[in-house]
Amino acid sequence: MKEPVDVLIIGAGASGAAVAWSLAETKMHILCLEQGGWMNPAEYPSTGRDWEAKFYGEWSSSPNVRGRPEDYPINDDNSPIKVVNYNAVGGSTVMYTAHWPRLHPSDFKVKTLDGVADDWPIDYDALTPFFEENDRMMGTSGLSGDPLSPLTHPPMPQQPLGLSGAIIAKAMNQLGWHWWPSDTTVATMDYEGRARCINLGHCTPACAQGAKASTDITYWPQAIRAGVELRTHCRVREITTDENGMASGVVYYDKDGIEQFQPAHVVVIACNGVGTPRLLLNSASGRFPNGLANSSGLVGKNLMFHPYAQIYGYVKEPTDSNRAPPTCLWSKQWYDTDLSRGFVRGYGVQFVRGAGPVFEAVVSEQKGTLPWGEDHHRVFRKLNGHRLGFSAICEDLPEEHNRVTLDPELKDSHGIPAPKVDYTISENSRKMMEHALARGREFLETAGASDICVNSPIPWGGWHLLGTARMGTDRERSVVNEWGRSHDVKNLFIVDGSIFVTSGGVNPTSTIQALALYIADQMKQRLANLFD
Amino acid sequence: MSDQLTLTPRQRDDLRTIAAMIIPPSEEYRVPGADDDIIQADILATLGRDTKQVAAALDHLARLAGMPLADLEPAARDGVAQQFRTSGGVAAATLVRVVLQCYYRDDRVLGSLGLELRAPFPKGHVLPDGDWSLLDPVKARGGGLRRAP
Repeated sequence: MKEPVDVLIIGAGASGAAVAWSLAETKMHILCLEQGGWMNPAEYPSTGRDWEAKFYGEWSSSPNVRGRPEDYPINDDNSPIKVVNYNAVGGSTVMYTAHWPRLHPSDFKVKTLDGVADDWPIDYDALTPFFEENDRMMGTSGLSGDPLSPLTHPPMPQQPLGLSGAIIAKAMNQLGWHWWPSDTTVATMDYEGRARCINLGHCTPACAQGAKASTDITYWPQAIRAGVELRTHCRVREITTDENGMASGVVYYDKDGIEQFQPAHVVVIACNGVGTPRLLLNSASGRFPNGLANSSGLVGKNLMFHPYAQIYGYVKEPTDSNRAPPTCLWSKQWYDTDLSRGFVRGYGVQFVRGAGPVFEAVVSEQKGTLPWGEDHHRVFRKLNGHRLGFSAICEDLPEEHNRVTLDPELKDSHGIPAPKVDYTISENSRKMMEHALARGREFLETAGASDICVNSPIPWGGWHLLGTARMGTDRERSVVNEWGRSHDVKNLFIVDGSIFVTSGGVNPTSTIQALALYIADQMKQRLANLFD
Repeated sequence: MSDQLTLTPRQRDDLRTIAAMIIPPSEEYRVPGADDDIIQADILATLGRDTKQVAAALDHLARLAGMPLADLEPAARDGVAQQFRTSGGVAAATLVRVVLQCYYRDDRVLGSLGLELRAPFPKGHVLPDGDWSLLDPVKARGGGLRRAP
């Protein structure tokens, strides 16, 4: 039998890497099990002429399309928004846009301010030092001083405005609407061993330059140097418990597919909003018949995605097309509640600089904008290199019927039951999306755009997987307490997006990692009585 | 859906015909059509995981046409293509996407569009920094965060 480790972390993505790095200073024996492997940037799409075609196959953001051995299938047939993720060292930070807003202070007090959902058991101030620490570790670029966003101090300057940014800025100024250069995790100068961005142009499916921060090149090298052990191609099937109801370790399949048991004194789950409830539900036992840590019945419930309302069009001037990181500017004009709009809460906006030629052709043909036949060439030249986009990240409120359960039939390559997602977009979210599309249309028309098209919701837009093991002080209404420990199993922690109480209207990774660092800090402060 | 790993000669013929209907050659823009030999060879060589869907799409097309697509009168061929596009579902969409993704990486086509014939890495691209005085009105307007109790 293997020797027990002090801390076993499941998942080497955004949160698992941060918590591993933070706990490393304790000199405990820390082991992380990751179902994927290390990435090889020499094989990233931008290194080949077929870079765009790869997005439709092995580099699709959907695990169901990719179907790599490291991926697990997800039944999301009953959801208008499909789950996207990545499974590797670095997790979905390998495949994200690097857009780096944080939750606002008001996002932690939704019930108090707007009478909906619940307040978080912690506030923004509790996370502030960890946001700062995380920004240093991930290496952010941006411009301090946005009047409508929490104050940040990016260590690198913002991305260039570029051709698209200038068009966006002028239109937003004409309308008197807020915009600001986005904080991103794209290095705009050489930073901590990372080379500066050279505008490879499609940050989302991995950065061959290493300018985009993913935790395989930020946290992990430092965590490993500090003594953390990372075992790759190890897929955890279940967390086991002992006669006292404490987590005793995990059963996993190693790289050769051999079943192993790894005992541990503390188990930390970092599998995000679909993987985490899947694992907890797959860890049901006689003592925990409804799944581990699930006495509240809320494991898997309250899934929040952020429905994306996207509208785009084509301007006469050339845009940055695929020659720049896709996102560069944000707007918080409609972030806070204004009941005169007909809905509660709000949305952030990320502007899109453009698209590459293959993407443009495929999407425009599907939309019916790009014809077959003789006129194809003329129309394509009008569209290609002229696209501008407006994407609203709409705050999803928690609703118990939006949930992750176990599919009765679908299994992964190890025979482990796969997750099933049931999700509907709420009436409040729909009104918010309509509002965003109307504002986006005004913006595009002001910018002089034509051929305006809508993607609402973006169907393959389930990037943000939140809320399925929420935190709280009331054990009947939450899965983990205010510092990430399971109410039911006192040596079990959750540090990923599943513990979000509400979703805000921004990309969540910055907040996920700040939460992970906060929980690691809480653990370090309580080492003497961690299980009390 | 069939399990075939390559396209039959008949399917290849129909693929070439439908590809030319999607993107015909253009003298004005000095580009080949998607039925060009090099582009067709690229499609066949890189079909990979899309083979089954494309084969299914071509089977559907064959059913609609009832004969080799190229043998139909132009008007009938256009009608079949229109029907194919509206009734072909995911398989037809895959076929069209495969044609487009191979066409828009062809050197002659990219050259005609004024795009460089290279992978993005390692050269990358240069972006103008832009006029940051555009931000002045936003700074002047100011504002603040919603207060959290």
